[in-house]
Amino acid sequence: MALNIEGTIEGSSQLIGGDFTTAGEASTLLKVKLTELGVAEDIIRRAAIATFEAEMNVVIYAAAGWLHYYISPQGIRIRIEDMGPGIADIGLAMQEGYSTAPDWVREMGWGAGMGLPNMKRNSDVFTIDSVVGEGTTVEMVINFP
Amino acid sequence: MTLKEIADILGATFITEPDNPDLHIRSACSSDMMSAVLYYHSPDSLLITGLTQLHVVRTAEIAGIISIVFVMNKRPDERAIELAGQKKIPLLTTPCCMYTASGRLFRAGLPGCSHK
Repeated sequence: MALNIEGTIEGSSQLIGGDFTTAGEASTLLKVKLTELGVAEDIIRRAAIATFEAEMNVVIYAAAGWLHYYISPQGIRIRIEDMGPGIADIGLAMQEGYSTAPDWVREMGWGAGMGLPNMKRNSDVFTIDSVVGEGTTVEMVINFP
Repeated sequence: MTLKEIADILGATFITEPDNPDLHIRSACSSDMMSAVLYYHSPDSLLITGLTQLHVVRTAEIAGIISIVFVMNKRPDERAIELAGQKKIPLLTTPCCMYTASGRLFRAGLPGCSHK
C-alpha cells in the first residue's frame, strides 16, 4: 500500500493519570491512523510500542498529560508531556532494568525498567526533558524509509 | 503451529472462540511483565501470561501478538474479553503453569520470540 500523506497530519489525546481502563487508547488511535495512511507495518509497530510505553508512564506516574502526534511524508513525530513528579537522574532512568515503580505497579505487569529504553530503541530520534516537581516531556521521531 | 494444536497441547479451552482455529502462530513469549513483552515480541506470536488485566490485551494488540494463553486456569475480566473480541485476539486458558505451558510448546516445536 502506497503512503497517502499530504502535508502534516496532527492529532492529540489527553492522558489521565491512574486510569488503567483507558490506558493504551491513544496509542491504538495512532496505530489506526497510521494504518489508514498506508504506513508500513514495522514502522507502525515501532510507533505504537514507543507511544504505548510513554502513555503507560503517564498513567503510572503522572497526574495527567498530553500526547501529540505529527505525521508527515518524512515520518512521525510523537510528543508526550506530563504533569508528573519528574525524573531526577535521566541517565539512570535510561538504564535497562532501573525502575522506581512501587510494588502495585509491578503487580500490574509494569515497572520492569524497560519503558524508556524501549521508547528509545523504537525511535530514530529520542529526546527527554524533565524537571523534578513539574513534569517530563518526551519527543520521539520515527522516519519513514 | 496452529491455534488448535496449541490448545490441544496445553489442554486449553477457548475463552473467546477464534474466527480461524487454524490461525498460524510463529513463536511465543512468556511473561508477566508487559514492557518485556513489548521488548521481546515478534509478529504473529502467542503470549503466555498469568496476568489478566485489560492492558494485557492492549499490550498484545500494540505488539502484534495474535493470541493470548492465560495459565493456571486464570480468566480475564469481561472488559478484557470484550476488547479481545473487538481486536480479534483469541483468548485461551490452560491448567498448566507458565513453565509447563512454555515447555510443552517449545518441545512441540514452537520457538521463543527472538531478541532483536
